[in-house]
Amino acid sequence: MKLTLHIWRQKARSNKGGFQLYTLADVSEHMSFLEMLDVLNEELVVKGEEPVHFEHDCREGICGCCGAVVNGEPHGPKSGTTLCQLHMRHFHDNDEIWIEPFRSKAFPILKDLIVDRGAFDRIIQVGGFIAVRTGSAPDANGITVSKESSDLAMDAAECIGCGACVASCPNGSASLFVSAKLSHLGLLPQGQPERLKRALAMIRTAEAEGFGYCSNYGECEAVCPKRIGIHHIARANCDFHKASFMVYQGTGGKAAVG
Amino acid sequence: MSALAAYWRSAVGKKMVMAVTGLILFAYVFVHMLGNLQLYAGDGGKAINEYAAFLHSTRAAPLLWAARIVLILCVVLHVWAAIVLTIQAWGARPVRYAKRVYREVGYAARTMVWSGPIIGAFIVYHILHLTCGSAGLPFQELRAYENVVNGFTLWYVSAFYIVAVLMLMLHFNHGLWSWFQTLGWSHPAQDRARRCVANLLTAIVVIGDLSFPIAVLAGLIKIPGGVA
Amino acid sequence: MKLDSRIPSGPLEEKWTRRKNGVSLVSPANKKKSTIIVVGTGLAGASAAASLGELGYTVKAFTYHDSARRAHSIAAQGGINAAKNYQNDGDSVYRLFYETLKGGDFRARESNVYRLAEVSNNIIDQCVAQGVPFARDYDGHLANRSFGGAQVSRTFYARGQTGQQLLLGAYSALAKNVGAGTVQMFNRKEMVDVVVIDGRARGIVVRDLVTGELETHAGEAVLLCTGGYSNVFYLSTNAKNCNVSANWRAYKRGAGFANPCYTQIHPTCIPVAGDYQSKLTLMSESLRNDGRVWVPIRAGDNRSPDQIPVAERDYYLERIYPSYGNLAPRDISSRAAKRMCDEGRGVGPGGRGVFLDLGDSIKRLGKNVIEERYGNLIEMYERITGEDPYSVPMRIYPAVHYTMGGLWVDYDLMSSLPGLFVLGEANFSDHGANRLGASALMQGLADGYFVIPTTIGDYIANSKLPKVTVDRPEFTEARQSSAAFVQKLLAVKGHRSVDSFHKALGLILWEHCGMGRTKESLTTAIQKVRALRDEFWADVRVTGDAADLNQELEKAARVADYFEMGEVMCRDALLREESCGGHFREEHQTEDGEAKRDDENFCHAAVWEYAGPGKEAIRNVEPLAFEVVHLAQRSYK
Repeated sequence: MKLTLHIWRQKARSNKGGFQLYTLADVSEHMSFLEMLDVLNEELVVKGEEPVHFEHDCREGICGCCGAVVNGEPHGPKSGTTLCQLHMRHFHDNDEIWIEPFRSKAFPILKDLIVDRGAFDRIIQVGGFIAVRTGSAPDANGITVSKESSDLAMDAAECIGCGACVASCPNGSASLFVSAKLSHLGLLPQGQPERLKRALAMIRTAEAEGFGYCSNYGECEAVCPKRIGIHHIARANCDFHKASFMVYQGTGGKAAVG
Repeated sequence: MSALAAYWRSAVGKKMVMAVTGLILFAYVFVHMLGNLQLYAGDGGKAINEYAAFLHSTRAAPLLWAARIVLILCVVLHVWAAIVLTIQAWGARPVRYAKRVYREVGYAARTMVWSGPIIGAFIVYHILHLTCGSAGLPFQELRAYENVVNGFTLWYVSAFYIVAVLMLMLHFNHGLWSWFQTLGWSHPAQDRARRCVANLLTAIVVIGDLSFPIAVLAGLIKIPGGVA
Repeated sequence: MKLDSRIPSGPLEEKWTRRKNGVSLVSPANKKKSTIIVVGTGLAGASAAASLGELGYTVKAFTYHDSARRAHSIAAQGGINAAKNYQNDGDSVYRLFYETLKGGDFRARESNVYRLAEVSNNIIDQCVAQGVPFARDYDGHLANRSFGGAQVSRTFYARGQTGQQLLLGAYSALAKNVGAGTVQMFNRKEMVDVVVIDGRARGIVVRDLVTGELETHAGEAVLLCTGGYSNVFYLSTNAKNCNVSANWRAYKRGAGFANPCYTQIHPTCIPVAGDYQSKLTLMSESLRNDGRVWVPIRAGDNRSPDQIPVAERDYYLERIYPSYGNLAPRDISSRAAKRMCDEGRGVGPGGRGVFLDLGDSIKRLGKNVIEERYGNLIEMYERITGEDPYSVPMRIYPAVHYTMGGLWVDYDLMSSLPGLFVLGEANFSDHGANRLGASALMQGLADGYFVIPTTIGDYIANSKLPKVTVDRPEFTEARQSSAAFVQKLLAVKGHRSVDSFHKALGLILWEHCGMGRTKESLTTAIQKVRALRDEFWADVRVTGDAADLNQELEKAARVADYFEMGEVMCRDALLREESCGGHFREEHQTEDGEAKRDDENFCHAAVWEYAGPGKEAIRNVEPLAFEVVHLAQRSYK
């Protein structure tokens, strides 16, 4: 098939970006979206032009590297999938495709379609873990977890940290990402001791990073490649309310959390 | 106190304030609608006018003013939180998308920012019309029944009212559902239940409120012996 | 090259305990003063960095990704082995040890493999405590599944995303330490050289992938946790950025490279669809628990699979290997698939594929059970091929998946370059000539959580390590040579893209040094690789600048290393005149086509030593001594 592509090109973070027009003839329907971009890049390199930079790695939908907004939808038109797993059979001959980076104040553009998602790491660093010293764990079957809790936790734990939730949210909120981690750890008995402290620290950090708030639009859930549900956001809110008034913050005052 | 301040500073805290104040305001609208059902008493407005007189009596005055203060406070907090949050949301995406397709965001959710101010404007007008009597429409002190009927008989008054109630419908529908979400009542197994409760409560209020102008225009509610 | 394996004395089952009791300890004050550089933050790197940070060392961790959570460990699907014997089916540390060693065709060190089996149980404990949501039974206890090469159920799993969950566990431990300030994290920095001072690894040079700047970092020890080199074949199941460069640069600075010819071909991947194909996708081996592998009995049978009656199907794994059936080890299953296709019985476009049929299991267990077990894999298959595995059998074909070879390490995981430690897939230590399923995750975490925290202290405590700074001339030299390498690549300004060279290299290696190798094919491969390498340096086009985010430059540097590495791999395969595990020399096979080892002449690890630019690498040997296990012909019949 033949395609017309409008791709966002931006040399570096501080440069101004804009759309550039490309056309591709002979795109196979069995190609993945990224392979289609590979073909374009091959043409550009042979011409001596700089190829379109996009982040990618595993190309099987699990590493969370790839992602762009394709025709107005993060990861493109197919639900429950990452861009690398989107195949060209979902497009038609002579289609016009707009490709732009995930846009968020907290995700500055580094080059073309590559954004810096370091904010996600910083959110995890303030509490997205269960603190356990290497070698100090009890026997694994000493902790029993109901299958229901375990399955729900796993649903949340499937998050690949791609940032599509942020990209899709009209408010640029990272609530789905944050709450998925809070649910994953908060639903397991191992995660209880730090549960409230964790919620407070992670939610506050997300805000400080410049993400918006949750208006319960549900758009994040609709574009999430792992179909993580917004019911996790409700659970996170609940923990945050409790944490705000119930976490013992020490006698010294406010900054005991995080 | 510092915990409360920190809570208010956080977006989730402000959402909670919106949820709580929103629910109080919804409850008021609900009760207000129930009171207005007395229009259907078929007694030429006797019941509802007595109800109005009771609310304005010295005995009920403290209650009335307490309610008014709570409601005003709720409106102020609700609007304040909404403005701060909206500005924050706009700031979270400084560069817009060239193309944007929504999969899930419903009309109601997307228009909260607009339905809110429109409802706000309507409330002002509504109070001027039926509480203060200074909207330039026929008004008699404590004659609620006559004021309603005389007002709604004018098609443009009814039309504005109907538009406002439809906005209220959108606002309540998303607001009530959000309420569960913000408070934290959520489990995948109860997703449908939450949606149903939100829809049902919205439907009750909206049907009740919409029925008044329609009933007046249809002549089901009228002043015995013509215009007073 | 001196290769002292430093295996502790004593009975096999006491070696690790003896080693732990015998190591010198480092005082808390001295730990703080010792900087450990960790390169790569996958399972091995993240777990090592977190554990060492916790111990009080000053840790600097580096990844070329935007986050430690992206490492390719994340893509491991099936599971992780441990000798917990929770199923009471007769498992034990010894059994896990023996099956892993046998699975590796007796080409690994007994002592290392035994230690791996020994600490496997601690790994599961550690991960559960971290909140890894392993699958559970209805009673709330951990569930297990079976995997290739094992007759017990010892594999722990989290849906089809075990690697993801384990990596996120290690990543969370790392994040905790970064938050606490005990580990300093460097994202988007790729290691380009190891700095050697007075014969010891004392630092690294990294390229900042955003600004292109070359930075130097000094420390007391360097840990390479940089994964395998499957991508030398271009098409593999590895992530696109996986590369051999960190290991190769270390090799050029004096670390021996062991057994490069041990590459694993995974039997269950989605077949190649076209020449634009950028990578291959694995379908977890766990599918073989419930899927039956077959091809039509008649060659050239083009009927759709539902039109072929059972009597005309050849369930060849069940036929040839009745006791292991569809769960025969990876190398054996892969070669069997190749044989079927060579006989003209392959299915799908190009005839390079066999069926993996879930039909019988769906009938027996119901679609729901199959969906719960493999839902995400099936969905992935459907997305890629556009076919629905619930109604049409999947088509699979072998693909390069894992490399058992890697930098040589002693029992303490230290390479032949003192101060340079190598963990996880990057080293050669535990899998011999073939790795069993669900053992890679086990090894990465064993090395990072439990081995290195013990052994590195011994090195720090017993080595005289004067403080060095990056002002030393060795750092300047390394940085300048890295800069010169980058400039050399940019200066070619030829006509062909980096990818086109990489694809061509991959084709040569897959054809001549893939599933079946001969003396002739390997000799041809070496000539072709050399010719292509010359062409690369004459005609490659690397666009963009050095001082910029430049993905073409990143790729070019890696491909340049693959050319050198690929040649050594072929030479290793050429000189290993036997078949073992993933290394199959067609000249050396039993009458029924199985790998035929030559224990008399090749019961050793071949360790390649860099001899200088333009010179042929030198082959050294570490003999493998088997004290407990009796070397047997591997049989899965």
